[in-house]
Amino acid sequence: MSKKTVNIVDYGLGNLFSVERAVRYAGADAVISSEPGVISSSDYLIVPGVGAFGQGISNLKGRGLVEPIKSVASSGRPVLGICLGMQLLMTVGEEMGTHKGLDLISGKVVRFPAPADKGPHYKIPHIGWNGIYMPGHRKNWDSTILEGLKEGDSMYFVHSYVVAPDDPSHILAETAYGGLTFCSAINENNICGCQFHPEKSGALGLDIYRNFLKL
Amino acid sequence: MLAKRIIPCLDVKDGRVVKGVSFVNLRDAGDPVENAKFYDEQGADELVFLDITASHEKRNIIIDVVMKTAEEVFIPLTVGGGIRTLEDIRELLKAGSDKVSINTQAVNNPEFIREAAARFGSQCIVVAIDAKRCTGTSGEPPEWLIKSHPDPKSLVPEQGKPSWEVYTHGGRRPKGLDAVKWALYMEKLGAGEILLTSMDRDGTKEGFDIGLTRAVSEAVSIPVIASGGVGTLEHLYEGLTKGKADAALAASIFHYREYTIKEAKDYLKSKGVIVRP
Repeated sequence: MSKKTVNIVDYGLGNLFSVERAVRYAGADAVISSEPGVISSSDYLIVPGVGAFGQGISNLKGRGLVEPIKSVASSGRPVLGICLGMQLLMTVGEEMGTHKGLDLISGKVVRFPAPADKGPHYKIPHIGWNGIYMPGHRKNWDSTILEGLKEGDSMYFVHSYVVAPDDPSHILAETAYGGLTFCSAINENNICGCQFHPEKSGALGLDIYRNFLKL
Repeated sequence: MLAKRIIPCLDVKDGRVVKGVSFVNLRDAGDPVENAKFYDEQGADELVFLDITASHEKRNIIIDVVMKTAEEVFIPLTVGGGIRTLEDIRELLKAGSDKVSINTQAVNNPEFIREAAARFGSQCIVVAIDAKRCTGTSGEPPEWLIKSHPDPKSLVPEQGKPSWEVYTHGGRRPKGLDAVKWALYMEKLGAGEILLTSMDRDGTKEGFDIGLTRAVSEAVSIPVIASGGVGTLEHLYEGLTKGKADAALAASIFHYREYTIKEAKDYLKSKGVIVRP
């Protein structure tokens, strides 16, 4: 059987090479590209990203990558957004102004609420290892990117904004920080995303890449 | 709940791992990639490579080490040492480093931190602060502080009052800056994390300088990585609880196998500290 190929969207932001190495380590070929033609023909597509929402979407637009990503998504081929890449999947982002996202999953991206005056002190960005948990509406993570993982497994996060999907049933995993329980992984049909960095989350993170390749 | 992080630090010279005692008497302790893999498998939460190669012309060696490590290790990697330009940062990030740690260049030119954070994002800019107890300054404040800072007093230690002074060049040069105020200033300019080393404790195995760690951790709202002086697991516990650090960095207790990362985490967990299993 020939190797699967994962295309990684290069829009000038993000840890492309870490994602590329993780994809290879998980057993697939990886192609980093900013060519609309290459992206639209992806069998598997990853939207990585580190940085600000507005810059991210404007870079995607500037490279003519919005429609190619949407065409992959609408045809049912697996799309994985990571960190900012997950946030860009949403309808709208509220980081430094209001920006339209890719709108592949309905919802918005909002800043962590400011710490309450008298509440416990917590730091933003949320940096470090934190556990992922199954939301109440889910019975298991079978056939998703989180298959085989256990509740409470730790993933590596670096972010100041969180995704709030309109339909809570799209929440694949939740994580608690600073008094807030937020959506740390999302899934609607063939579209999925994680707020944490699976390529920086050790062996369990690599399992997420392997699961993605099984979708 | 967010876990407290345990971070082994590997000093790398000319592509080989060494660990000095108070920055002298270096001993060779092996291959960086093998060390990194070992720590990853043991459950290290991140890794720090501190490049102590003297020559800036030899930067390609650390780049090569980072590339080889990133092929096989999938936890966050920070590289520090000798970073002077945005191009140095770009090359390290491209090679597979997730963050860079900047010390001397931040003191020489704080605007560098602003520029680096604006270009690469605060999440990958760690400012390393080497600090020593003082009562008033011993070093001359840097030129930019006197010439172009609107309020130089806001950054220098108060005379006659016990505080901590910032040092560069591996703890040899006092810089006339107050460590707590400096940490706050670095946060303001865009630092994403502070890597805080007590020069009084580094290499002593007497434990972190808890006063320093706590003062900085309480002052800033970005994560603080405590460093310098870990000799026992109790020391790690103290830094993460009394010192309020978000992460603890240690070298020799792990390098010479006095304790494994797993033993450290089991100990912390037994004391009620949240760690990644």
